[in-house]
Amino acid sequence: MTASGGRQGQTPGVPALVAKGMSKAFRAVQALEDVSIELRYGRVTALLGDNGAGKSTLVKCLAGVYQPDAGAISIDGVRRAIPTPDAARSLGIETVHQTLAVIDTLDVAANLFLNREYLRGGPIGRRLGLLDHKRMRAECEETLGRLDIRIPSLRRAAGQLSGGQRQAVAIGRAVAWGQRIVLLDEPAAALGVEQTARVLDLIRNLRADGVAVLLITHNMERVIDVCDQAVVLRQGRKTAEVVVGDVTKNDLVAFITGAAASE
Amino acid sequence: MSSPRAGRARRLLPPGSRRARQRDRDLQQYVVYLAFALILGAFAVILRNDGFLSSANLLNIGRQAAPIAVMAVGMTFALTAAEIDLSVGSVVALSSLVAAEVVTAAGFWAGTLAAVGVGLAAGLVNGLISVKVRIPSFLVTLGMLGVISGVARNMNNLQSYPIRNDRFSAVFGAGSAGPVSSLLIWTVVALVVGHVALRHLRWGRHVLATGANREAANALGIRTDRVRIGALVTSATAAAFAGVLLAGRLAIGRHDLGENDLLTVIAAVVIGGTSLFGGRGSVAGAVVGAAIMAMLNNGLILMGLRVADQMIARGVIIVLAVALSMRERRET
Repeated sequence: MTASGGRQGQTPGVPALVAKGMSKAFRAVQALEDVSIELRYGRVTALLGDNGAGKSTLVKCLAGVYQPDAGAISIDGVRRAIPTPDAARSLGIETVHQTLAVIDTLDVAANLFLNREYLRGGPIGRRLGLLDHKRMRAECEETLGRLDIRIPSLRRAAGQLSGGQRQAVAIGRAVAWGQRIVLLDEPAAALGVEQTARVLDLIRNLRADGVAVLLITHNMERVIDVCDQAVVLRQGRKTAEVVVGDVTKNDLVAFITGAAASE
Repeated sequence: MSSPRAGRARRLLPPGSRRARQRDRDLQQYVVYLAFALILGAFAVILRNDGFLSSANLLNIGRQAAPIAVMAVGMTFALTAAEIDLSVGSVVALSSLVAAEVVTAAGFWAGTLAAVGVGLAAGLVNGLISVKVRIPSFLVTLGMLGVISGVARNMNNLQSYPIRNDRFSAVFGAGSAGPVSSLLIWTVVALVVGHVALRHLRWGRHVLATGANREAANALGIRTDRVRIGALVTSATAAAFAGVLLAGRLAIGRHDLGENDLLTVIAAVVIGGTSLFGGRGSVAGAVVGAAIMAMLNNGLILMGLRVADQMIARGVIIVLAVALSMRERRET
């Protein structure tokens, strides 16, 4: 794999990830109950719902962070288990978690390559895990440049970046690896107007590159803006699945609050 | 934040601004070297007639610093991984006794390996219990401190065990290569190995990530359980090696070697710029921190302070170091 090469995307509209009957309980709380969702290449799917509707739980199940109690996930039509975050990544799924985006004390390049570090020093160096700082910095610069992400210094700790820059680094990490499926949990929460616009541009670029994107958001404008389809969760169940062009903002809000249902 | 001493630079950059924080962090990295220079300078002036700067005394400071520095290098990994190892002092004692007995019974190599093995085993127990049983390493290593100290006390009925092996003494402590004490060489080895491991190996980077944000590191697929166990094994193994160095220098193994070193080691590591809460660590800083602690010890003795007053002075310095670490934490 390479950070700069693009093995992104397949034919637009073809299902990339299909999850069926996903359920997850935490002790007595049924966080997710029999939820099915389909992500397609070159399409952005919005995942909507109130706080506690189960959105993040679903994303964590798809990202290998949680193990669902029931349900089946297929990728490119092949049934897959996703026991760990590593497994998700090697299946081509990259996730930007809401609160787990970047490691504050590591610099930008270290964050971009975390757990995918380039090594050097021949067989012995590889065995020891000797880092190739130079190559990682160079490719980090190139990747961020390609994505038009502007960061003052790659050597700066991520904790010192603005919220938008941190989120851009996290999304950059998802994109840089040529992943085919990208899950974004509230990528623009707590961002300013301009920074949000930049994140949305990144999402549009992903779409154009044929990547299947899942976007959790609370902002209906954003859904109308960049999403192709929307799935609505309410109290752990799927209450609506719509093509965004067919509905209005008010319809979406009604689905979320439970005032209407499409199925 | 807005104390009158803060001066002009402070006012130009509003407190808490990004640039002010950046500058504070840059300063933070050099605090330990500045402190080293200041304390060295202060003692050089105060104790100018007491031979503080004599080569014999400086060598003495170096010899005292060496085991502390080796322990501090190991502890840097534990703290950076957001763990802590309170059992290091007891590991030093047990390692020195095992070294003494096995060197006597089975020779140099067996003794050295057995002593280091004590650290590996203790670290594995610490790590496995705290990770798998989910007990904070603070509690696990506190318990292990008692267990290992007890075992060490039982081993030779509170007697010191003499080591009569010239090779062991020469390699670990008493000997020298030319003018350079072997203790100094081992300290440099620990410094280089630790620095490379933390800054230039993937493992070190994963220690930093795990300590900074374990959940995020986990979500990126880093095996944080193994990282944490490894950090505690590193700490205990370094402590065992410090036990070998002490045994080599003193030519004995004894149940109370290293007993009082825990706070000194933690102070050295924290003064050196490692965060007490994980995610930030400096091996070089820890070694310089150890030198500072040894220098303080030596200087306070030369100044004629009684043991009680030395303890007070050292305690105050540890509190100051932790205060600095907390300050850094709030700014993140």
